[in-house]
Amino acid sequence: MSEETGHEREARAYEAVHEARDFQELKRRYKNFVVPWTVAFMVWYLAYVACNNWARDFMSHQVVGHINVALIFGLLQFVSTFAIAAIYGRFANRKLDPLASGLNAKYKRERRR
Amino acid sequence: MTTLLVPLADAEPGNQALTISLFTAVVAVTLYITWWASRQNKTTADYYAGGRSFSGAQNGLAVAGDYMSAASFLGISGQIALYGYDGFLYSIGFLVAWLVALLLVAELLRNSGRFTMADQLAFRMKQRPVRTAAASSTIVVSIFYLLAQMVGAGSLVGLLLGVKSEGLKAGVIVLVGALMIVYVTIGGMKGTTWVQIVKAVLLMTGTVLITFLVLLKFDFNPSKLLGAAAANSGKGEAFLQPGLLYGKDLTGQIDFLSLGLALVLGTAGLPHILIRFYTVPDSRSARRSVQWAIGLIGSFYLMTLALGFGAAALLDTSKDSAVAASKGNTASVLLAEVVGGGPDSIGGAILLALIAAVAFATILAVVAGLTLASASSFAHDLYVNVIAKGKTTEKTEIRVARFAAIGIGAVAIGLAIPAQKLNIAFLVALAFAVAASANLPALLFNLFWRRFNTSGAVWSIYGGLTSAVVLVIFSPVVSGQSTSMITGADFAWFPLSNPGIVSIPLGFLLGVLGTYLGKDKTSAARYNELSVRALTGAGAEGAAKH
Repeated sequence: MSEETGHEREARAYEAVHEARDFQELKRRYKNFVVPWTVAFMVWYLAYVACNNWARDFMSHQVVGHINVALIFGLLQFVSTFAIAAIYGRFANRKLDPLASGLNAKYKRERRR
Repeated sequence: MTTLLVPLADAEPGNQALTISLFTAVVAVTLYITWWASRQNKTTADYYAGGRSFSGAQNGLAVAGDYMSAASFLGISGQIALYGYDGFLYSIGFLVAWLVALLLVAELLRNSGRFTMADQLAFRMKQRPVRTAAASSTIVVSIFYLLAQMVGAGSLVGLLLGVKSEGLKAGVIVLVGALMIVYVTIGGMKGTTWVQIVKAVLLMTGTVLITFLVLLKFDFNPSKLLGAAAANSGKGEAFLQPGLLYGKDLTGQIDFLSLGLALVLGTAGLPHILIRFYTVPDSRSARRSVQWAIGLIGSFYLMTLALGFGAAALLDTSKDSAVAASKGNTASVLLAEVVGGGPDSIGGAILLALIAAVAFATILAVVAGLTLASASSFAHDLYVNVIAKGKTTEKTEIRVARFAAIGIGAVAIGLAIPAQKLNIAFLVALAFAVAASANLPALLFNLFWRRFNTSGAVWSIYGGLTSAVVLVIFSPVVSGQSTSMITGADFAWFPLSNPGIVSIPLGFLLGVLGTYLGKDKTSAARYNELSVRALTGAGAEGAAKH
C-alpha cells in the first residue's frame, strides 16, 4: 500500500517538474543547441567522406611540402570534433546544469510533499 | 582486421623470453586488480556499474580503453603503412562518432537507465518485448565484435611470440577467453573498468613513445615524414592521396559512404560503450567521461598517423614483405623495433616486447568489456525481467550474470577456434552497422519522440538487426570472391560489403512504421517522466554508498 502511494507521489513530482517553466526552458535550450550542431557536424563529416570519393583532384592538391588538402581536411575533422566537444561542455556547464540542478531540487521537494 | 597472419620468422629466444615475461606481468597485474575489485562486489549496482562511483576522468580512460581495440592499434597503423592516406579514414569516422554519443546519448542514458541499454527503453515501453529485443541485439553485436577480437588475438599473440602451430594459436584463444571470463565473473564492472584504465594508460604511453621516436628521425617535420613514406612506398604522391584502398568505382564509392555512415552512427549504439556511462555518479561526470574519451581517442588516432607513415617510411612494405604478409598488423611492432635501434639492438628488443605486451593488454581489456555487456544484458534483461518476471533477488541476479559471462565466454572460444582460418575481418564493421541500424534508432526515438511505442522499438531493433546481418550474408564479404569468408561458392546478390546505407535508414523507417501500425499506445505521463529524468537527473540513481 505504502509503495503504491510512493509511486503516485513520484508521478506527481515528475508532472510538477514537467509543468515548470524552467523545465520547458531547459528543453528548449538543449534542443536549440544539439539539433543545429548535430546537423552541422554530420554535414561536415559527410562532406569529407564525399570529397574522398568524388573530389579527388581537389583533395590531392598540395598545400605545403607533401601536405595536401586531403590530409588537412582530415585533420580539420579532429579539430572540429575537439572544438565541438569543448563548446558543448562549456554550454552545458553554464546553461543546462544550473537549470537541471534547480529542477532536480524541485523534484525532491515535490516528492516529499 | 587481424587475420591470416604469418609469424615473425626470426623471433630470437632472448626476445621471446622478454616478451613472455612482459605478457606474464600484464596477466599478473590484471588478475591482482580483479581479485582486489571482487571484494567490493556486493550489490547489482556494484557488479553491473562499479558502484557508479568512478570519476569522469577515470571513466574517460576506461571508455578509451574499452573502445581502442587491437584492430585500431595494429590495424589502422598497418592500413596506413600499406595504403597510405586511405588507411587513416576509418579513424576519422571512429572519432567523429563520439559527438553523437556526447550530444545525444551519454548524459540522457546515464540519467534514465540503470544497468543496460534496454533499461532506458523499458522505462516507458512494455518490459518483455523490448527487453528481449534489446538483449538480442546486444548479444549479437557483442558476439560479432568479440569473435573478431579473439580470432585476432590468436593470430596476433602467435605472431608476437613466434608461434606457428595452429594448436598453440587455439591455446592462445582459450587463454584469452579464460582470462576474460575471470575478469568479468570475479571482478565485475569494477575489475573490468580498472583493467581498461590500466590498458589505456599503457597504450597511450607506448604510442607516445614510438611516435616521439619516429618524429625524432624526421626532425619533427611532418612533411619530411610524409615525403619519405611516399618515396619508400613505391607509390609516390598517390600514397598520400585518397583512392588506394576505397572507392575504385561507383560501387566502391557507395560502399565507402556506407561504411562512413555505420562508423559515425554505430559508436553511440554499441552496448559495451553504453553501459560504461552507468559507472559514474551523475550526468555531468558522464559528459566529462566522453570529453576525456574524445581527447584520448583523438590524440591516439593522430599518433597512428605517425606510426603508419613512419612504418611506410622505415620498413619494407612491398608485396612480399613481412608487413604486407600480415596485412599490416605487424607494422607497429616492427616499427618499434626499428626506432628502438634495430633488430640486433637491446633497445629494439625491449621496445618490440613492450609494444607486443601493450597489444596483448589491449585485447584483454576490450574482450572483457564485451563479455560484461552481454552477460549484464542476459542476466538483467532476459533472466530477471523476462524469465523470472522480476521475482528474484540481487544475489541470484549477480549469480546469473556470472554464469552468463562463463557461457558467453565459452561460446566465443568455441566459435573463434574454427573461425581462425576464415576471413572474418568484416565482423567489426558489421557490429558497428548493427549498432547503428538496430540500437541507435530505438534509443533516439525513445528519448525524443513522444509517440514512439513498443511496436516501434521492437520493429526498429529486429528490423535493423536482421537487415544488416542478412545483407552481409548475401554480400561479397561472405561469398563470391577469392577474399570472401566462404570461397568456392557464390550466393552474393547485394553488391556492397557494408550494409549501413540501406540498413540504417531501414531501422529508422521501421521504427516509424511500427509505431503507427502497432496497436499499443504509450502513456504521455511516462514520456514526460522520462524526459524530466533524462534532462534533469531527477530520480536517477546516484553513486552507491558503502
